[in-house]
Amino acid sequence: MKAAVILLPGLNRDRDMIAALTKISGQAPQTIWQTETSIDDDVDLIVIPGGFSYGDYLRCGAIAARMPVMQAVREKAEKGTRVIGVCNGFQILLEAGLLPGALMRNASLKFVCREVKLEVTNAKTAFTQGYSQGQVIRCPVAHHDGNYFTDPGTLADLEASNQVAFRYTADTNPNGSLNNIAGIVNKAGNVLGMMPHPENLIEPAHGGSDGRALFESALGLVDA
Amino acid sequence: MIKARVTVTLKNGVLDPQGKAIEHALGGLGFSGVDSVRQGKVFDVVLETSDRAKAEAELKAMGEKLLANTVIEDFAVEVL
Repeated sequence: MKAAVILLPGLNRDRDMIAALTKISGQAPQTIWQTETSIDDDVDLIVIPGGFSYGDYLRCGAIAARMPVMQAVREKAEKGTRVIGVCNGFQILLEAGLLPGALMRNASLKFVCREVKLEVTNAKTAFTQGYSQGQVIRCPVAHHDGNYFTDPGTLADLEASNQVAFRYTADTNPNGSLNNIAGIVNKAGNVLGMMPHPENLIEPAHGGSDGRALFESALGLVDA
Repeated sequence: MIKARVTVTLKNGVLDPQGKAIEHALGGLGFSGVDSVRQGKVFDVVLETSDRAKAEAELKAMGEKLLANTVIEDFAVEVL
């Protein structure tokens, strides 16, 4: 599968993401600048990395979500191409309306940079099939606005349709997210947004490789 | 030219930890009797048109498309 990484001014986890994808897939991902208006047909996985696009001006991800490349991402997503947004990438996907809800300031009002534990709430998605259902994995987080919020109806709908892919374990919720939500997929199951950084835990040199199976799943490297 | 103000506020029921922190800080400064504080944003926009109706329609579209995140925020347009 061919991966592509979206680049926007102010992102700072793009190189970590490119390194992780290169290591796991064996080939460097294509990089796509924000002004591009189309994405090649042969791209099977689009990744929006973390950082502070446009300095978090207005709202986290708000300006990035309105850049031309996001229209191209939307068109690819509608055709079924897999899309992952991590951290600021998740915020961008929400602002672009590719996923439901919003990410608000952490309940503690503090920037949180540490390791949390994630429960794989749905191991049947295209991004989580390399894990087992209910498996608890380690993953780093680093964010100020990761407090997932949505209206009660949407929340009930997300839960009923098994769109919660990852949950923080109750004692490690770093931001006050509703229902301990750390990552969700869209209804079609081909778009994933998550606050934690799996790309920073993919090899022993990182202190663990719990994030690796996510990319192996998304890249079609595990048996479904 | 038309001057306008767009005010963005959190919807009722959306938790506002920043407003809460400000509320506590006001209490600490001796302002007793503050029941609650909600933080919002103000945008002062100057439009080139002199057509009031057109300006209002455009500002409303700006609020919906960019200035507010209507999942969590409401906005009001005031042509000055």
